[in-house]
Amino acid sequence: MPQVDLSLVDGIIDGHLGHPSAVITILQEIQEQYRYLPREVFPRISAKVGLSEAKVYSVATFYENFSLEPKGRVIIKVCDGTACHVRRSLPILSRLQKELNLTDGKVTTEDLLFTVETVACLGACGLAPVLTVSGQAHPAMTPDKAADLIKAIRETELKTAAALASEHSALRSNDPSTNAVGN
Amino acid sequence: MLKSRAQLIDLREKCRSQAADQVRRILVCSGTGCVASGASEVYEAFKTALAEAGIACSVKFMEDEPGVGLKKSGCQGLCEKAVLVKVEPEGFQYIRVTPQDCEEIVRETIQRGRHVARLAFTDSSGNIHKTAADIPFFKKQKRLVLSRCGNIASDSIYESLAAGGYQALEKALFEMTSQEIIDQVSRSGLRGRGGGGFPTGVKWKQVGAQKPGKKYVVCNGDEGDPGAFMDCSVMEGDPHRMLEGMIIAGLACGADEGYIYVRAEYPLAVARLKMAINQAANLGLLGQNILGSDFSFQIKINRGAGAFVCGEGSALTGSIEGKRGMPRVKPPRTVEKGLFNRPTVLNNVETFANVPLIIEHGWEVYRQVGTESSPGTKSFSITGNIENTGLIEVPMGMTLREIIFDVGGGMKGGKKFKAVQIGGPSGACLTEEHFDLKLDFDSLAQAGAMIGSGGLVVADQDTCMVELARFFMGFTQRESCGKCVPCREGTKRMLMTLERIVAGDGRPSDLDNLVDLADTIKATALCGLGKTAPSPVLSTIKNFRAEYLKHIVERKCPSKTCERLKVIFVDPSLCAGCAKCSKICPASAITGKAKEPFKIDPALCVKCGACLSGCKYGAVKEGW
Ligand SMILES: Cc1cc2nc3c(=O)[nH]c(=O)nc-3n(C[C@H](O)[C@H](O)[C@H](O)COP(=O)(O)O)c2cc1C
Ligand code: FES
Repeated sequence: MPQVDLSLVDGIIDGHLGHPSAVITILQEIQEQYRYLPREVFPRISAKVGLSEAKVYSVATFYENFSLEPKGRVIIKVCDGTACHVRRSLPILSRLQKELNLTDGKVTTEDLLFTVETVACLGACGLAPVLTVSGQAHPAMTPDKAADLIKAIRETELKTAAALASEHSALRSNDPSTNAVGN
Repeated sequence: MLKSRAQLIDLREKCRSQAADQVRRILVCSGTGCVASGASEVYEAFKTALAEAGIACSVKFMEDEPGVGLKKSGCQGLCEKAVLVKVEPEGFQYIRVTPQDCEEIVRETIQRGRHVARLAFTDSSGNIHKTAADIPFFKKQKRLVLSRCGNIASDSIYESLAAGGYQALEKALFEMTSQEIIDQVSRSGLRGRGGGGFPTGVKWKQVGAQKPGKKYVVCNGDEGDPGAFMDCSVMEGDPHRMLEGMIIAGLACGADEGYIYVRAEYPLAVARLKMAINQAANLGLLGQNILGSDFSFQIKINRGAGAFVCGEGSALTGSIEGKRGMPRVKPPRTVEKGLFNRPTVLNNVETFANVPLIIEHGWEVYRQVGTESSPGTKSFSITGNIENTGLIEVPMGMTLREIIFDVGGGMKGGKKFKAVQIGGPSGACLTEEHFDLKLDFDSLAQAGAMIGSGGLVVADQDTCMVELARFFMGFTQRESCGKCVPCREGTKRMLMTLERIVAGDGRPSDLDNLVDLADTIKATALCGLGKTAPSPVLSTIKNFRAEYLKHIVERKCPSKTCERLKVIFVDPSLCAGCAKCSKICPASAITGKAKEPFKIDPALCVKCGACLSGCKYGAVKEGW
């Protein structure tokens, strides 16, 4: 679990002069930082904007966009608005869930790589069915195309992870202090 | 910073003359749909192609050196054929443009003035339509509110000025009293485009009549109807028109602050609006003492957080105040106690975007379009199983037939029309018998439907209407805020019943129960969400009762949609009688004699599918 840097949170709240009416915007900006709302931020918001913790929490749980659970690095939103629905978006969702071992209740993979959720209309209905991958829209989807998409993302992720790891080990082998500890 | 009317007129003239000089323009559609299909890449490819051909290109109008104008426009309409590119002055409309095509367009059209036929719109009879005006999709439309959307760069206030932007504001500010503005809007007969169709002039008058003091103007850009994107297109494609409408509303009603509430799923609209607000403020069209007058007005943006109910007026203002977006009991109404408990003008995006037209040309001219009781135009997004999906604007009162067949180009793949859902989850479905129904507020209300925000979703014979009703009920049930019992519990019961029906467990009493529940919810729910939630169910029961009965009595889905109603059967012509399936079946549902076709007893079958993958002859099949 990531350490929550509350000074970052303070900065966001101060940016809105601690105004209670800005609490939704504050929560949105915090979520943009952490991809979810860590528990620790609630007392801080409460203290700084002068609303009870319960009030802040009630706002966070009311709106569908807020998540109290950590989300994946890659967020896939399958549109299930009417236009996408009548052009068969649900088979796309089922396929993604099947590929990633997810359900309607469990939306994030164990490795915190993927989150798959539905959304009601992205405004690109002319090209239905649509899904977005980390905000980037993909039009005219099919279950097969969606599966390919996941495969491609996984491969890039693996490659970057491998690149990072080798960079890391190269650093380690060059660093005498780690060598000393390692030996 | 413009400090007077004369300075604005002067700047506009400059913009106009520059625009007139810039004869050659390439407009790359950059609405959400086209961006999703790669519009940004196409735009960059044009830049490169122009540079390689040694042609000067002006990206920032009025700022860059003169050259071929390369612009990101708002939605050009024919979203189905993304990416759309328009080349002026010929007006060539190119479709499905990819980065690879840009070099050819530059070489042929820009350098030689020739048309690239392979990128043109070709109808089903093979006729090539060179310009947008030629394409049947556009011919029957009347683009007034959307006149600039798709024809100018959506990110430039100078282009907006050149095309007549802020002319209405100028007139309202320097030639009219607030009373006269309200009078014009009232006499124009403009009705709210957010769904209710409430007369805008009446609303403004009521806010104007409140005691002087802090008042607000709020623009509803929540566009909750899933499957509608008209408001999105206006916000993205011509944000200045909407801002102008809001400023005029402030002037008329004595408000000095405006809020725009935009749905979370429209990041591009938020970005364009922010840019537009900054541009207007920098020119002194927003802020303190606008154009040197004593009128001040500022606009802020609030992003929604994914709650449909926040489209409702009191929930929306609550959400701007940082609260849970739950509708409250009325009265007091928003015009008396709205945002922060102050008198508030709350209108829809398209409503505000109509205002400059009325002020500029006068109510008599405005009323020349549309019907007596619903003047003006209405934009719709037509989607679903139709040939030309996209954004349209037509005079109020156009018939459904004209919209679907003349503008929409008929059904996709020549399939048979079944129904069109209008008004989203609060709306109803219309069938063939409504083809000659005029689409305006009153005719639709008489037919038991509503325009809603203007989403038209066309369904063909492969769409299951029971499933569609379940889909909408699922949506409203999820989105019910839970404050009132009829909506919270009633929609849940209706949804459970519908889920049972599409799963093949319907009961004969279900239809009566649904209608009963629907009537109760309609009569007792607190807000519009609950009151209209049963509409899709009631209208599908009314128009497609036989389809419901097929599901309930015969447990069949005639349009082959409901997965749970699938049956697994053995194709006797392929079965070799090897008996393998009967051994695999965990429910002992498969019986037969060796070397003769086997049979599956549907009453025992649990649809596990083991036999499907187990048969090496491919004789076990799935179907409806
Ligand atoms: C559940 C619900 C959702 C609504 N959603 C919207 C919406 O997304 N956009 C909108 O403009 N109006 C919506 N409305 C209507 C608004 O309450 C309000 O009538 C409208 O914004 C007023 O503007 P108008 O008079 O210009 O139409 C909704 C109403 C209800 C009850
Ligand atoms: S319904 Fe999917 S983008 Fe609108």
